[in-house]
Amino acid sequence: MRDFDLVRPASLAAATAAFAAGGEAAYLAGGHTLIPAMKSRLRMPDALIDLAGLDLAGIVPDGKRLWIGAMTRHADVAGGASAIPGLAALAGGIGDPQVRNRGTLGGSIANNDPAADYPAAALALDALIETDRATHKADDFFQGMFTTALADGEIITRIGFAIPQRSAYAKFRHPASRYAVVGVYVADHGNSWRVAVTGAGPGVFRWAEAEAAIAAGGALPTLPADDLNSDIHAGPEYRAHLCGVMLKQALAGLV
Amino acid sequence: MDMTLNINGQAHDVAAPAASLLVEVLRDTLGLTGTHIGCDTSQCGACHVLLDGVAVKSCTLLAAQAQGAAITTIEGLGTAETLHPMQQAFRDAHGLQCGFCTPGMVMAGLEMVRRHGTRLTPALVAHELEGNLCRCTGYLNIVKAIVAGAAAMETADA
Ligand SMILES: Cc1cc2nc3c(=O)[nH]c(=O)nc-3n(C[C@H](O)[C@H](O)[C@H](O)COP(=O)(O)OP(=O)(O)OC[C@H]3O[C@@H](n4cnc5c(N)ncnc54)[C@H](O)[C@@H]3O)c2cc1C
Ligand code: FES
Ligand code: FES
Repeated sequence: MRDFDLVRPASLAAATAAFAAGGEAAYLAGGHTLIPAMKSRLRMPDALIDLAGLDLAGIVPDGKRLWIGAMTRHADVAGGASAIPGLAALAGGIGDPQVRNRGTLGGSIANNDPAADYPAAALALDALIETDRATHKADDFFQGMFTTALADGEIITRIGFAIPQRSAYAKFRHPASRYAVVGVYVADHGNSWRVAVTGAGPGVFRWAEAEAAIAAGGALPTLPADDLNSDIHAGPEYRAHLCGVMLKQALAGLV
Repeated sequence: MDMTLNINGQAHDVAAPAASLLVEVLRDTLGLTGTHIGCDTSQCGACHVLLDGVAVKSCTLLAAQAQGAAITTIEGLGTAETLHPMQQAFRDAHGLQCGFCTPGMVMAGLEMVRRHGTRLTPALVAHELEGNLCRCTGYLNIVKAIVAGAAAMETADA
């Protein structure tokens, strides 16, 4: 790993000031995406700004939303997000126990890996992504592979998930990496349904035909394979098929 | 950069680049070579150590991030004469062959006890071992060792 200056700010203002101080800077949360990327020199920041001192962890239910701090670790969401059991179960299925002891919600949302789990929950649970300077709706936040609405230096502070009546996530996990080959999050919001798909396409997306079919009580649709990912793990037709299977599994597991 | 690391109950002042991984400082700077590097891609678990009692991958953590926490490595668990019950169980159950994965396996066993208590089932242990790879044993004796080691910790604590 190339060396860098490590900055450990104690306030949001100090963190954003350090980010703007010149050179290439990066925020460090759980480090379970960033440190591997730095080891392989995909990322070579001049300054690494550790968010650990900012007091951004914690889970707070607030009426219709469950607010979870950006620095809340996957293990703590798995054990503490009881207001949304589907979300807690999703967090408990990320990586392995040691990954869950370090990785954070904010890091996963900011990174927007096309095979990550949390973006599907954020989209299906109509989340609000609060930052040091704005509030983004999940529908506008995820903009395709590793791309989000975050401006340079913007820090996610907390994420508010709409508490559904019932929800569930089903993922066909890659057996080695444990990321989603395909993952489908289904949420029943009482007067509407939201279905979000990760792993299958270049970024997380809502499956409008599935939402309409569930709401109408009709036959479940098949996802067209046209724009889906193709790699050594799965081709587009297989991924399209898996979307249907994961949709059914999630519907069968609603809690 | 200068940092102070609390390892196995002892404070160590270390001067190392900010980019040093915890496992590098443990092995290369301090000579604590019981913690292993099996993959360096965050997948094998040979590098697991405890940070305030919680198992983490020391290859995916900067040494600087571990400042202020109590770090426990395999050297801090038992002595050659008196092994920790989890170590003794690996010996008794023949839970190792080459031994390369063993320090991380022992730490993963302690993590299971932290979260699930001392009465573990083989199915739970097999599931919780997702983050540990072994190239020798076929895992069966590792699972037996962790179940037995956890049970022995109950008696040891009583
Ligand atoms: C072995 C392994 C298995 C894994 N399996 C899975 C899996 O099954 N499913 C899954 O979804 N993920 C998986 N992951 C990824 C893991 O969940 C990461 O922890 C997560 O994607 C990133 O979170 P982090 O806290 O580690 O972020 P970091 O690595 O610290 O940061 C990631 C990126 O986000 C930025 N960032 C971090 N926090 C903020 C913030 N608050 N505001 C703005 N930007 C920020 C950083 O600058 C960086 O660019 C796995 C990782 C490993 C190593
Ligand atoms: S060396 Fe850390 S997980 Fe393999
Ligand atoms: S005993 Fe050889 S790798 Fe596990």
